[in-house]
Amino acid sequence: MTVQEWTFLLVGLSFALYIWIAYKSRASSTSEFYVAGKGVNPVVNGMATAADWMSAASFLSMAGLIAFMGKDGSIYLMGWTGGYVLLALLLAPYLRKFGKYTVPEFIGERYYSDAARVVAVLCLVFISFTYIAGQMRGVGIVFSRFLEVDINMGIFIGMAIVFVYAVWGGMKGITYTQVAQYTVLIFAYLVPAVYISIIVTNNPIPQLGFGDTLVNGSEYLLEKLDRVTTDLGFVAYTQNTKSMIDIFCITAALMFGTAGLPHVIVRFFTVPSFKDARKSAGYALIFIALLYTTAPAVSAFARMNLIDSIQDQDYAKSPQWFKNWEEIGLIAWKDKNQDGKIRYSAGNAFEGIKPKYLDKERGLQGERLLVNPPNNDNDNEVYIDRDIIVLANPEIAKLPFWVIALVAAGGVAAALSTAAGLLITLSAAVSHDLLKKTFMPQISERKELLYSRLATAVAIGLAGVIGVMNLAFVAQVVAFAFGLAASTLFPVLLLGIFYKRLNKEGAIAGMLIGLIFTLSYIIYFKFINPELNSSDYWLLGISPEGIGFLGMLLNLFMAITVSSFTKPPPKDVMEMVDSIRSPQ
Amino acid sequence: MDNYWKANLKILFWLLLVWFLVSFGFGIILSDYLDKFQIGGFKLGFWFSQQGSIYSFVVIIFVYVYLMEKLDKKYKESEEEE
Repeated sequence: MTVQEWTFLLVGLSFALYIWIAYKSRASSTSEFYVAGKGVNPVVNGMATAADWMSAASFLSMAGLIAFMGKDGSIYLMGWTGGYVLLALLLAPYLRKFGKYTVPEFIGERYYSDAARVVAVLCLVFISFTYIAGQMRGVGIVFSRFLEVDINMGIFIGMAIVFVYAVWGGMKGITYTQVAQYTVLIFAYLVPAVYISIIVTNNPIPQLGFGDTLVNGSEYLLEKLDRVTTDLGFVAYTQNTKSMIDIFCITAALMFGTAGLPHVIVRFFTVPSFKDARKSAGYALIFIALLYTTAPAVSAFARMNLIDSIQDQDYAKSPQWFKNWEEIGLIAWKDKNQDGKIRYSAGNAFEGIKPKYLDKERGLQGERLLVNPPNNDNDNEVYIDRDIIVLANPEIAKLPFWVIALVAAGGVAAALSTAAGLLITLSAAVSHDLLKKTFMPQISERKELLYSRLATAVAIGLAGVIGVMNLAFVAQVVAFAFGLAASTLFPVLLLGIFYKRLNKEGAIAGMLIGLIFTLSYIIYFKFINPELNSSDYWLLGISPEGIGFLGMLLNLFMAITVSSFTKPPPKDVMEMVDSIRSPQ
Repeated sequence: MDNYWKANLKILFWLLLVWFLVSFGFGIILSDYLDKFQIGGFKLGFWFSQQGSIYSFVVIIFVYVYLMEKLDKKYKESEEEE
């Protein structure tokens, strides 16, 4: 069988499984639709949380990013796992004890204010939408490479599948589908990683393998990688290139942002008790850590294999994957010295960020010609999109076809599970917090359930449109979803539990200052003055990716200050805080 | 109730201190210094930033679950006696 046939088979089988599970566990009440009836076993919920959490970005892009960032890649590894400690210790058990359906609902009641609830809904909608758009791109990439359908067609198929099981099954349906998706995605991630680890270091455990010696010789893998990267003009693989303060702030923004993401928090509302919420966060992190500790190993193997297989190779004899990805436009080669060999080193091969190809004409070696003028400051001739590393890795290491197809199925599973979780969170915010709690309090439960299904359908449609439009800025703003979650939602949730004195005025002032500060910093450097986006101009040397941490500190400071000058919250709110703190 | 909350805050303080130490401490601030030491092919600071911190996070959460269950039990029993 060919790669394509294998991919059709595995992706098709996994889709059939998801739909069957959704049919078996469809929701019949609002409680089942929003929080799966609060009857999910903590281990099962942990697994569903892991699938919900690990998006197309974790599965497809992260290892590739780390492969090119080296030690700097630890911002993602620590940032996207450390938040679970905060979640387990500071938020999840208390919010579960509160016992309602959504995050804005807690904010609305704790701060006895519709305005606070609406601000929370706005933050939630913005965060969730930027995030979903990224998932749709992930599905598109997988489909276009492995099923050879148009990217838009791929997005359409993905939307249709999510539509069926999210609208039908609600939180209950997606919880059990996510368990299946976790199994598919972790298997798809580990199989090639183990394979490659054995090939490169003869050690079957990737986590240990990338600290081991190479098969042919006594040199350590990381030692060789440091040597080779330095020779090619890069900073050594195991050294940081970003400044310490920036690494600190980005990691912190990702951690606090993770803990403040509504679609993650809401997963802990589905377990039977606050004790289960604690445990469940631990299980979730185990399942996540399985992928997150494998990823840096995959990155190191991939970087090594990549350099070994293309450096100084004649283009005519270059491996098939190199040409396949060039066809799709995610690899480009500009033969600057006209010798027909591929030269890979530090620096951009040509002017401009993305390659622009001449449509019909081919170069002397059969390569796709580029419109971009060469960049003659360096010898590098190769452009590689970071997103392809995980997908291309099995091909680069010459693994069997079924492994390559499995990775494609895993990538789709990662994207769909995250998209579904986000959609439920979005629709709950609209139907429950905006309609039921704010604007249409008289509607019946059946009406509310109908509205939440409608809201899910509309959200899927919008997400698809964003995906098809393929707006370049979407990819840019995904990372900022974390900055906003850290600077708006996390502080008011934290203080809502641990600082009884915090009142409505303080919470709203805090959220607004966090939102305005973080958003304007990001917009200034990313959209208004992108040419100034370098450490010389940043505030305290903090990049837009890390500014959410500062926004969070501002929020905390503002909230506490404003609170202390205004009157304390009413007695019943104080009692509510006492009750979520108590062990009974 | 107040004592339960104080005991809870104490547990949180120590565990979050460890959380900060293994990630921001060993993985970022002291990372370059720790890179002078090596375990197998890993420089120690690099290992903490890409592996060790994550393992520690998992352990921290389960220690928290264990300590809190013990605490919950203690306060449940003492209340039943009253």
